Amino acid sequence: MGDIAIRVEHLSKLYRIGPREPYKALRDTLTAAMYAPFRAVSAFLSGRRSAVQNSPSNSYVWALKDVSFEVKRGEVVGIIGRNGAGKTTLLKILSRVTEPTEGYAEIHGRVGSLLEVGTGFHPELTGRENIYLSGIILGMKKAEIDRKFDEIVAFAGIEKFLDTPVKYYSSGMYVRLAFAVAAHLEPEILLVDEVLAVGDAAFQKKCLGKMGEVAKEGRTVLFVSHNMGAIRGLCKRGLWIDSGQIVMDGDTERVVASYLNRIFEKGFEIQTHGSVSDDQLQIRKVVFKNSKGEPSMEFAPGDELVIEIHYHAPRRFNRPYFWVGIVSQYGPLFGASMLFDGHRPDYVEGEGILSCKFKSLPLVPQTYTVRIGVRAQDGVTLLAPTQEVGFFNVIGKMSDYGFQGELAEILSWDSSPIILPYEWHFPDGQIISVDGFGSRGYRL
Amino acid sequence: MIGVKGLLERWVFNHRQDESVPVFIIRPSKGLVAMNLRELWQYRELLYILIWRDIKVRYKQTAIGAAWAVIQPFFAMVVFSLIFGRLAKIPSEGLPYPIFAYSALLPWQFFAKALTEASTSLVANERVITKVYFPRLLVPTAVVLAGLLDFGIAFLILLGMMVFYGITPSWFILFIPLFLLLAIITALGVSFWLSALDVEYRDVRYTLPFLTQLWFFATPVVYPSTIVPPSWRALYGLNPMVGVIEGFRWALLGSAPPDPRMLLVSSLLASLLFMSGLIYFRRMERTLADRI
Repeated sequence: MGDIAIRVEHLSKLYRIGPREPYKALRDTLTAAMYAPFRAVSAFLSGRRSAVQNSPSNSYVWALKDVSFEVKRGEVVGIIGRNGAGKTTLLKILSRVTEPTEGYAEIHGRVGSLLEVGTGFHPELTGRENIYLSGIILGMKKAEIDRKFDEIVAFAGIEKFLDTPVKYYSSGMYVRLAFAVAAHLEPEILLVDEVLAVGDAAFQKKCLGKMGEVAKEGRTVLFVSHNMGAIRGLCKRGLWIDSGQIVMDGDTERVVASYLNRIFEKGFEIQTHGSVSDDQLQIRKVVFKNSKGEPSMEFAPGDELVIEIHYHAPRRFNRPYFWVGIVSQYGPLFGASMLFDGHRPDYVEGEGILSCKFKSLPLVPQTYTVRIGVRAQDGVTLLAPTQEVGFFNVIGKMSDYGFQGELAEILSWDSSPIILPYEWHFPDGQIISVDGFGSRGYRL
Repeated sequence: MIGVKGLLERWVFNHRQDESVPVFIIRPSKGLVAMNLRELWQYRELLYILIWRDIKVRYKQTAIGAAWAVIQPFFAMVVFSLIFGRLAKIPSEGLPYPIFAYSALLPWQFFAKALTEASTSLVANERVITKVYFPRLLVPTAVVLAGLLDFGIAFLILLGMMVFYGITPSWFILFIPLFLLLAIITALGVSFWLSALDVEYRDVRYTLPFLTQLWFFATPVVYPSTIVPPSWRALYGLNPMVGVIEGFRWALLGSAPPDPRMLLVSSLLASLLFMSGLIYFRRMERTLADRI
């Protein structure tokens, strides 16, 4: 009993989705309340159990369904799964941000949760002030921050900007400071969600090292990430969640391998919630393939990327518009849209595959997500609303592509993710061309 | 030796001696939620820093900074003195109208600002609330308490005005903290209600300007409560700010003492607002992150 850190039993969480209704107007509730008694009476008379629960405009989805597991003290567990699988919901429940709908969880120890970078940061306040603000919001004591202050500042490497409001920081500095605060949390249990997806490679390594230390000190870590390398490196145990349920729980290598296999074989399967009307084109799954035609999630800069869209059209749709967008953590980057180029298939009907090939990815090593959407012939009606369908990693070292500056690896994470070929024209007339990722292994 | 503080902690917060590994149970809550004073106590540093943040950020990027804390009630006083004092000739219990109005504007503006800022505070702190756990009660509480600094600054001006008008305060001035406490409790109670309601119904932020304006006229800021017929006084006292402002004028300027019945009604209602607000907030708190 004493060595259990987290015990989760039959945990479920129901969310309302459907017509997005971020908040109610008082009027609606008042009218609903006025009619409720009448509806209850009429329901009673007609023999139905409850009319109120069956409001048609709301559909519900189980973000987590009957999840049970135990984590021993000192265990580092990596949680993987596609977007929307329920990983974040699980962390939110365990960190008590939100309540489960059903089930039970027992947490032995203080919990620190890092669900985003810079929790509690206020742009108007200085770096120094934000260290205290964020630290205390994340659960540190002031005395503790006093003690670790110099260490935090050194870790972030922002000594010179300590008294500058963080709104003037570069995004890289901001992230480093935010992470430095977070890295110095010392709870018994640490819940981390994908925050390592930002920050430069060197800094990531530092953070991973810090997390490794945390684990060695006997503290428990639950770590959600798309970065399989980080999961493999840090965690002994993997937990694969899909559609709110645990698919696999066990040795990291095995779980990660099965997860990747599933994606390679089946691509990113897209879940559709509730019934789909005949006027919608369903995107069943999306597969990313490399130049050899093999399914892959990892690409090198300059590689070819094929995005295969497996669709199902319940009836014939004439001349639809498809588009594909590549998005980084900084926002949309580039894409391909039939609304721009004007080329479209004559029709789609039944099961089919439409692919989009990017011949050479001008992307630095980071994680990218892919969005897809489809419009009807008129260019207005949505056949499939724009949705995130999957992600891929660009891996590799900048130095392999001739980028040998001191900050090459760091900037690849910290600045804009696209690099195109360019030339420097020096004052002495010398011209130096940088080929980007066009030809691999090119040296200056 | 445990000492008074230790005893108090044990008694109020049911303090456990060995605190090696706290155990948290997570499950859907049902019915009334416990107040959990002990937890609030553990999070006191967070309250301090939230208050500090709200103060620090309030006048950032303004040219004159905290001077606004003085200018706002001061100009209101000037305008009211001209319109209500000079033109409408509203009685002011024998006191110079400017100081009559200003002494009421202090607690009133503390209250009105607390309402305006606290009612939207949960939504404004959405990012933090959806990312990390802490007792959400601290958010509106910090906003209300942060307003005390403005109150303090403006209070100094009041003391200056008392010197200017040659008003010597009696020992009744010692009652001021009591009336201030009544104002704080009222402000907290209403803020708990409104901030929790605002999460679900953004109507709150649009209703609020009318609410504060109505409340302003239902409070003896620009007129003395003596013009309210005596038979209506108890009803009038249902507005806790009546008790606060009458108390302020009496304790500071030596005007007629507030009607004890009215004061009692005011205090009772303030406590009722506070307790019910607390209960409602706690009920809403558990699903706050999903609704916001």
